[in-house]
Amino acid sequence: MIKSKHLLGIKELSAKEIYHILDTASGFKDVLKRDIKKVPPLRGKSVVSLFFEPSTRTKTSFALAAKRLSADFVNFSVSTSSVIKGETIQDTALTIQSLGADFMIVRHASSGVPHLLSNILEMSVINAGDGANEHPTQALLDLFTILAHKKRIEGLTVSIIGDIAHSRVAKSNIYALTKLGANVRVICPPTLMPAEIEKLGVDVFHSTDKGVKNCDVVMTLRLQLERQSKGFLPSLEEYFNLYGLTSERLKLAKDDAIVMHPGPMNRGVEIESAVADGPQSVILEQVTNGIAVRMAVLYLLAGVKK
Amino acid sequence: MSKEILDSNDINRAIRRMAHEIIEKNKGTENLCLVGIQKGGVVLAGRLASQIESIEAGPIEVGALDITFYRDDLNTKEEQPVVKRTDVPFTITGKTVVLVDDVLFTGRSIRAAMDALTDFGRPAYIQLAVLIDRGHRELPIRADYAGKNIPTSFDDLVEVVLEEDNSKNRAVLISGQ
Amino acid sequence: MNILIKNGRVIDPSQNIDGYKDVLIKGRKIQGLYTKGKAPDAGKIIDASNCIVIPGLVDMHTHLREPGFEYKETIKTGTMAAVKGGFTTVCCMPNTKPVNDTIAVTEFILERSLKEGSCSVYPIGAITISQKSEALTELEAMIKAGCIAFSDDGMPVTNSVMMRRALEYSKIFKVPIISHCEDLNLSEGGVMNEGFVSTIVGLQGIPKAAEETMVARDLSLCELTGGRLHIAHVSTEGSVKLIRNAKSRGINVTAETCPHYFSLTDEAVISYDTNLKVNPPIRTAHDVEAIKEGLKDGTIDVIATDHAPHHIDDKNKEFDAAAFGISGLETAFALSLHLVEQGTMDLNQLIMKISITPSKIMGINKGTLSIDADADITIINPENKFIVDPSKFASKGKNSPFNKWQLKGTVEKTVSMGKVFEWK
Ligand SMILES: [Zn+2]
Repeated sequence: MIKSKHLLGIKELSAKEIYHILDTASGFKDVLKRDIKKVPPLRGKSVVSLFFEPSTRTKTSFALAAKRLSADFVNFSVSTSSVIKGETIQDTALTIQSLGADFMIVRHASSGVPHLLSNILEMSVINAGDGANEHPTQALLDLFTILAHKKRIEGLTVSIIGDIAHSRVAKSNIYALTKLGANVRVICPPTLMPAEIEKLGVDVFHSTDKGVKNCDVVMTLRLQLERQSKGFLPSLEEYFNLYGLTSERLKLAKDDAIVMHPGPMNRGVEIESAVADGPQSVILEQVTNGIAVRMAVLYLLAGVKK
Repeated sequence: MSKEILDSNDINRAIRRMAHEIIEKNKGTENLCLVGIQKGGVVLAGRLASQIESIEAGPIEVGALDITFYRDDLNTKEEQPVVKRTDVPFTITGKTVVLVDDVLFTGRSIRAAMDALTDFGRPAYIQLAVLIDRGHRELPIRADYAGKNIPTSFDDLVEVVLEEDNSKNRAVLISGQ
Repeated sequence: MNILIKNGRVIDPSQNIDGYKDVLIKGRKIQGLYTKGKAPDAGKIIDASNCIVIPGLVDMHTHLREPGFEYKETIKTGTMAAVKGGFTTVCCMPNTKPVNDTIAVTEFILERSLKEGSCSVYPIGAITISQKSEALTELEAMIKAGCIAFSDDGMPVTNSVMMRRALEYSKIFKVPIISHCEDLNLSEGGVMNEGFVSTIVGLQGIPKAAEETMVARDLSLCELTGGRLHIAHVSTEGSVKLIRNAKSRGINVTAETCPHYFSLTDEAVISYDTNLKVNPPIRTAHDVEAIKEGLKDGTIDVIATDHAPHHIDDKNKEFDAAAFGISGLETAFALSLHLVEQGTMDLNQLIMKISITPSKIMGINKGTLSIDADADITIINPENKFIVDPSKFASKGKNSPFNKWQLKGTVEKTVSMGKVFEWK
């Protein structure tokens, strides 16, 4: 059962809790297939999003999830609020709590902000991405998508290609996949590999060809284009040549390997269009599954005794 | 303290009688379908369906309904919700749906089930069949077909065991004291 | 009025003394040490039973924040925190506002500390004007005004030529150049040690190389110039090795570390407690061992506090945005005493590193209980346990990562220039 009323990261979850969320998400996936895609369990509850970094897709996904659970959803707009006038993040959060919200969906460029807020708030805090730390609901929806295709996680080989050092998606997926018994490979240039990552139980590759060989799942990550100016890479072209997921490279993976991307994609940088739009791509399914998974998270956290 | 209130013969008899009543009340099985409420109602709905089929000949549609998302006690219950399968692979709009559950108690599960059901379509009629009616209703709900009425006190627990192997079937009342 | 400190175990490595003696104070000076019962009568008696009586502690790395950041600390509160922590002398770093790069600021600090200070204050002047690594300050004038050493602490001297000139020019006055070793390009954006823990918590790391490359540079420049180099706040195994090697080659270098570098590891940052954010960052268990080894074999000469008080608003932020620094004066001695308990060093060595050696490095007449020395004496009950409670700190800076820690060794009384401070 779910122990905490906050979802701060996959780090803090057990394999059992992860499976419980995924099982519950399948129930919601069924709901989303119906004509009436709405159920009543969070009636009267309100969910507030507090995003200090722009992200339309994650916010929209949470908004739909909340609404389909019959909760009210409000976006606390950071750019138009007092946050820019120097209010502390704690004061902002406490204000939202005083407005009577039950859930706070928070995204921030600084790692640890959800933890900071969870220490001072009564309401449930859900991490929608903090710095280079975690993005737990993304990893959960990725697992859900993998399960839908592969029927298991244990024993699968999952290759993650991209900017591992700055990617909270990679981190959450590494925790989740290793907890459930998958073999995880991380593939990226040494400049984008975080310190001592192998201690997390992953295999490190600098060659994409070697790293995707015979894998079941290829996950490519979005490359922040400013990495080039910071000297991590000589050019985006060279990155694509070395780490771009092309049809040729995908052939090295298992024939039934699936291709994933958390979005938004830089076509021609980390992924070739032919792959993104190809038969092995499950990228749009990930988006659909995101709603069911976030419904499960909201629903289960609401059931944790306060 | 627990005591057997129905043995497997009692249960078989009750199911047989309810099957007849359902056919009688609906003048046949045309436009009729059964939907069992997870978890105890699903097996019972299957048993009722085969009983009805053996009397009337011809298949009858049976679905399973999980009402977890429709419960009104998410925050008040000690144990956390576990979602079970919902499977209603046919349209219910315009049909007579017989909701099936093992025990009728406060009526809240039935209320949730009716909410859930109406999210799948608009049935012409909804009827309710239960194996045991133990009283203590908190909502204006009553069973159209009841296998057996059993007086209980509120804190008692009624457990129904329904399995493939008929001989093990029974209903037990566990005293709340 | 004379004061007699009785029944204590007097430890003064500067005179090779360790025994039960009574200390007589006359005015601002020490009158003498006497065997039990042999001291003349005094107007005030301090009973130091169960205590050690040692030369007042000397912190050669303190940020008093005044002038400019009085909301974080003042000379008044900072020196009060010092005596509460057993320190009778603090050497204050120049990164105030304005920077202590002119005699006006130096004189201000000295005047203020004479008027409001509880202990002796010695200013450290900036090496370069505004700590910008562009032009040297007027060393002679500032020394005359009262500066005893020079440092751009808080900032490194990024320009190697400027560091060379500083080490060369300061030879005229035989004053130490204290280097805050940090390659700002390597540390840019970093908020904690780079390693497995930074990967886990997703915070940007500061590699050990950011410190070590500049330690190596400064050691080379020290060798080149024959200047008097002191390395501030050593935090890594690599730095310890570089300094050990330099010393073995006869290079004129001394070094300090701080209690947090031998008391904490970066794993604590998993809590995202911003009180753990300090520069250089808390390192790994491996480094902690190397720091202890360096203290033991003499590679590291001094334990300094790097007392860096901050207002709660500067710490009560997301980790990335919080200020660097630990309020250290009031926990330093007890944390250091733990090294004695662990067997890293004995009491004599500890007193050397936290009183006598820093006095020698800074060229000040402190760190001794000899006759006619300043009456700077610290009385400590080494067995008494206490729970750290930053809310009770005399310092304005409550930013301590040691909150709620149980430590051993309470400062019972501090005598600073003959004035007795005690707390209950
Ligand atoms: Zn410094």
